Amino acid sequence: MSAADLTTPVPRVAMRRPSPRFLASELRLVLRRRRNMAGLVVLAAVPIFIAVAVKSTASQPGSDAPAFFQSITENGLFVSLAALTIELGLFLPLAVAAISGDAIAGEANLGTLRYLLTVPVARLRLLGIKYAAIVIFSFLATFLIAIVGMAIGLILFGGGDVTTLSGTQISFAAGLGRVALAAVYLSLALASLGAVGLFISTLTEQPIAATIATVVFSTASFILDSIPQVHWLHPYLLTHHWMSFGDLLRAPIAWDGVVHGLYLAASYGLVFFLAAWARFAGKDVTS
Amino acid sequence: MTPPDAVRTVGLTKRFGSHAAVDGIDLVVPAGSVYGFLGPNGSGKTTTIRMLLGLITPTHGEIELLGHPVPSRVVDALPRVGALVEGPAFHPYLSGIDNLRRLDAADRTADPATSGRRLGEALDRVGLAAAAGKRYRAYSLGMRQRLAIAAALLTPKDLMVLDEPTNGLDPQGTREVRSLIASLADDGTTVLVSSHLLSEVEQVCTHIGVMHVGRLVTQGSAAEIRRQQEAEAWVDTDQPEQAARVMRELGLSDVRITPHGAVGRLGEVAPEKVVTACVHAGLAVTRFVVDAPTLEEIFVGLTGEGFDVSG
Repeated sequence: MSAADLTTPVPRVAMRRPSPRFLASELRLVLRRRRNMAGLVVLAAVPIFIAVAVKSTASQPGSDAPAFFQSITENGLFVSLAALTIELGLFLPLAVAAISGDAIAGEANLGTLRYLLTVPVARLRLLGIKYAAIVIFSFLATFLIAIVGMAIGLILFGGGDVTTLSGTQISFAAGLGRVALAAVYLSLALASLGAVGLFISTLTEQPIAATIATVVFSTASFILDSIPQVHWLHPYLLTHHWMSFGDLLRAPIAWDGVVHGLYLAASYGLVFFLAAWARFAGKDVTS
Repeated sequence: MTPPDAVRTVGLTKRFGSHAAVDGIDLVVPAGSVYGFLGPNGSGKTTTIRMLLGLITPTHGEIELLGHPVPSRVVDALPRVGALVEGPAFHPYLSGIDNLRRLDAADRTADPATSGRRLGEALDRVGLAAAAGKRYRAYSLGMRQRLAIAAALLTPKDLMVLDEPTNGLDPQGTREVRSLIASLADDGTTVLVSSHLLSEVEQVCTHIGVMHVGRLVTQGSAAEIRRQQEAEAWVDTDQPEQAARVMRELGLSDVRITPHGAVGRLGEVAPEKVVTACVHAGLAVTRFVVDAPTLEEIFVGLTGEGFDVSG
């Protein structure tokens, strides 16, 4: 028996190269779940409903209609933006809250968490994979609305040059780029809400409770943002710059709100992911 | 050199508030053993197992799992540990095999190229191949238990931790689990199997530890445990008082009068001396029995027999 044998009685099992298998498995789990599929169908139905409603009334929406609605009949691209505006208030945050609230609490609730951890999956890796799936879902949900909106808009109202919110004209291709930029911005904003949901998900074994708490968080943020008396708080609210995505449809683009929004999203994302890690790293898993 | 112990704990303690669920236990599971971890429901077995696997953090004490300290390096040990903890748990809307695929995908040490073969072998080994494509929610409790064992067998293991593996199984399933444990042991795998029913594991265990109210009240090889409890000599005669006096004079302890005679603990006294002494004293001995307690009796003696959940 050599000294080396004595000091390392059990050989370490070689870890293989990082592989996308677990992330792919996680995405399959999220997307094949009937509840989540139904949620995506609802998200995709909203732009169709808006476009059909505007088309069938055969009249311009009134001047009191929400942003982008007046432009729908001029260019189908605006159906995407109108749908995103409408869904940003509740449907999109709810969808992200459902996925992120379920991330850890759902596995804890089923008891599958203890089996993942004993596979083993290191706790930080599990959080990383869960959050990656949440970010991908945020992009998927936002782009689903944008693409369905664009398709139904082009069918019912046609395309062509786009009149920006500033009144100038840009080409259809440039307009398409602007809509894509807006969708990327909103995806990142929602991904930061997903970090909040992930953190809340580490606090409980009840996925529904985590989802509701996450929706309450985003809704409270919207409400506080509408109360002028707490204006000092507004720049720090997660949702404060969400509606700034409309500035991407100006010519030239007004970047201020969007850039602030990205900083805010990155800060919330980082802080709440670290909070989730701090909470989960040493947590007793008793479910 | 003897191989290192598969599990070794020193002063392992877990408190939930002021209540000590596990109270300073020194567990030693030798490599290659089949260790029966016994105790009534609520005696701290599952809490101990959760600590061994790094799921919960001990309040005090140290753990070594396959030579790696837990919880700090538990991730290095766990690839060689298969675990069934407190019943099966899977995603209800996935099929049995999809649930196994998910666990295999999460395992960084598992080779994706051999995944299909390993899944098939694990399902075969627990007799679940025919139901692999069924949704987990449609499984019976016995099938769920088998799937959980299959999940633990996806990659080769040095240690299998089976927490109440026969829960919910019919007698046939219980026998199959016993033979599975035996076949794992034949392959050289150390098995730590917990149960509240001694009879279910007694036949396959080489070592036994008994938990009671958070403490490990006894531990050792099955033979050692049997030796700990002294044999008793039963003398049947029509003069019980006389028999008891003779037995006390011989040095037997705990001598009691029975309806048919007397009984006492032999200790160091040779059994035949009791008979000779009784006959010399002029007693008519009608029956003489030396009774070594069964493991079941030892177990009941250590943990009590009531329905009360301990702790």
